[in-house]
Amino acid sequence: MSIITRKKGASKKKAPASQRTWSIGFLTLAVAVYIFYTYIVPHTPDGFQNQIQTWFPPSALNEALVWVIAALGLNIVVGYAGLLDLGFVAFWAIGGYTAGWFMSGFFYQINLHFGSESAKSFPGIHLSFWIVLLLGALICAFFGILIGAPTLRLKSDYLAIVTLGFGEIIPQVFVNGENIHGFNLSNGTKGISPVDNIGLFGKRLGPFDLNYKYMIFVFMAGLMVFISLRLRSGRLGRAWLAIREDELAASMMGVPLMKTKLSAYAVGAISGGLAGVAYATHVNGIFAERFQFSISIILLAMVVLGGMGNVWGVMVGALLIAWVNSTGLPALGNEINSTFNTNINFPSYTFLIFGGLLILMMLFRREGILPESRLKMVLHENDDDVENEAPHRNISEEEAL
Amino acid sequence: MAGVTYKTRQLRRRYIERAFATIAVVGAAFWLIANLIKSPTQFFEVTFTGLSNGILYALIALGYTLVYGIIELINFAHGDLFMLGGLFSAHFITLWFGQSVPSAVGWGVLALCLIAVMVFCATINVAIERFAYRRLRRAPKLAPLITAVGMSFILQFVGLRWNGSGQKIWPSLLPTGNLSIFGVRLPYTTIISFAITIPVLLVLTYIVTRTKQGKAMRATAQDQDASRLMGINVDRTISFTFGLGGALAGAAGLLFEQTRGLTSYNLGFQLGLIAFTAAVMGGIGNLQGAVLGAIIIGVIQGLNDGLPIGLGQQWSNTVVFSILILLMVFKPTGLLGKPTTEKV
Repeated sequence: MSIITRKKGASKKKAPASQRTWSIGFLTLAVAVYIFYTYIVPHTPDGFQNQIQTWFPPSALNEALVWVIAALGLNIVVGYAGLLDLGFVAFWAIGGYTAGWFMSGFFYQINLHFGSESAKSFPGIHLSFWIVLLLGALICAFFGILIGAPTLRLKSDYLAIVTLGFGEIIPQVFVNGENIHGFNLSNGTKGISPVDNIGLFGKRLGPFDLNYKYMIFVFMAGLMVFISLRLRSGRLGRAWLAIREDELAASMMGVPLMKTKLSAYAVGAISGGLAGVAYATHVNGIFAERFQFSISIILLAMVVLGGMGNVWGVMVGALLIAWVNSTGLPALGNEINSTFNTNINFPSYTFLIFGGLLILMMLFRREGILPESRLKMVLHENDDDVENEAPHRNISEEEAL
Repeated sequence: MAGVTYKTRQLRRRYIERAFATIAVVGAAFWLIANLIKSPTQFFEVTFTGLSNGILYALIALGYTLVYGIIELINFAHGDLFMLGGLFSAHFITLWFGQSVPSAVGWGVLALCLIAVMVFCATINVAIERFAYRRLRRAPKLAPLITAVGMSFILQFVGLRWNGSGQKIWPSLLPTGNLSIFGVRLPYTTIISFAITIPVLLVLTYIVTRTKQGKAMRATAQDQDASRLMGINVDRTISFTFGLGGALAGAAGLLFEQTRGLTSYNLGFQLGLIAFTAAVMGGIGNLQGAVLGAIIIGVIQGLNDGLPIGLGQQWSNTVVFSILILLMVFKPTGLLGKPTTEKV
């Protein structure tokens, strides 16, 4: 039975799009959105501008892009390598605090300026945004390996629990980090704020320079897409897919399990770190209490909804869920409430929506909105067996009679 | 040649692991002795509190371990089921029956509530299995796991609607006060929770080891296809297991609500995680292991939270999860679990 499905899949498969095709498409879309927000929206009538502000404000767009960056990283861990990671928020937090440490006046004891646009008289460590991005990525990769190394030889569900444990420990360290033997690591629940502005070619990007930040975030998202696609088609990516589909068989074919899994973890962690740094500059601060388990789950929902393993699917899923979470649901709720004269607090339904979404997707469309063909086959491998089982049982019952 | 290097590497690794484990155990012993010398009464009181927490965790951990043992699924929604159990008991006792002080009627209502909440949680758990997990039984493991996470969110939503977003304080029917033994104060609530939990555990042991249904459960856990051939109704057995786990979670919910007197929609997540840690610690799928692990975790948590020389309550989760991670690294099978080889 499985041979037939495999053949069907093979005939459907199209030639993979070359790097140029997708990059042109991605760039066109990004530029179109940019032009729309910077040049077209200001010249439209006020009513339309208000509509845009309530439904698609530029800040929500930027935040959604941060989610895209993180979700693409989780996609490498969950979608490519098939390792369920329920503690991705840890990397986001570490990336965020990297920005907090190296891009603000938090360590006022030290006065170090390098490539930053902030005034030289401010105490603290002030590094350039780009250096901090690199630092955040490196630190997160280090932690990814540190977390992964001892735990990756566990079976899949144990691994999920251990990552979940890390996802609980690291935010708690930051929440309680105000006084670790007299050392202030994270400023506790007060958080670190403000974070330096991004310096771009001698220009300081304040909190309202959303269009420049948009460009930076789009660039980062594009970079993550590029990394994902290149890795996916390379040796490492094929090793990941092999592990995802059958770990035992992969190791028999000579895939080094630990090394391959660790690299998936490290690359995923890097993108978590990038997202963390980007988020810190987006909200202009870093607050320990935001790093909750729900972030890990929302990221997982993005990956699952969009289509595990498919970069474009994950991107669509991330944009969609981030939008629903930030503006879509409240705006829709207000619209419905004012139209039907009801008073329903729509954002309080997020638990139901996310939970229901995860369950319904798993039950009826396991492969996501934009599925990846290989994964779709894997996820429905045993479906035929279930259908075949019913007649078997009937026969045996008849025979018993 | 290659085999020899592999063997030496294995040996070296075992030595390193043993050394680390010894250091950890010796360190823990020093910490305990230092605390015992500093304030002996507090030490015993805190240990007793830890024990009573542990036995509560054991009720929840058993649900995890039962379900994992039979279909190898980490039922993330289990902790939230416990939370709903607590909410149900609070409403049952305080709002529906209007009991708020210890009395003879109160004991009757408490007993009634124990049965009601067990049935309530068992029904929910069976329904979840019927509508979600059963359809995914042959799907890759990731699918039911994500479904369980989704279920946990839905149950939390129900809790959020029912209880509101904050913590709620409820009156307790259990007598307040302490039993004093050699100057060590043991609260009555803790003693009563022992008195409720131990019979429940005994009944569970009886069901699993002595009854026909228990035999069917053990058979299904070993090999579903073979037990189907032996005439066991696998679907019903799995449903029964979920029901059993749900009933235990319900009992735990009632106990928690009565001893701590509070409910909160996100309580299940925290306690569920701790209970799961306990189940893993004892060797998941092993019933005695779950109880043992839960008591160890409860005592460690109690000691950490309450002792004069300790990290304190704000590091409670960090301590528990660090133990989980260390355990996973050094003994992935748990304390009483048996090592398994992967079947192809």
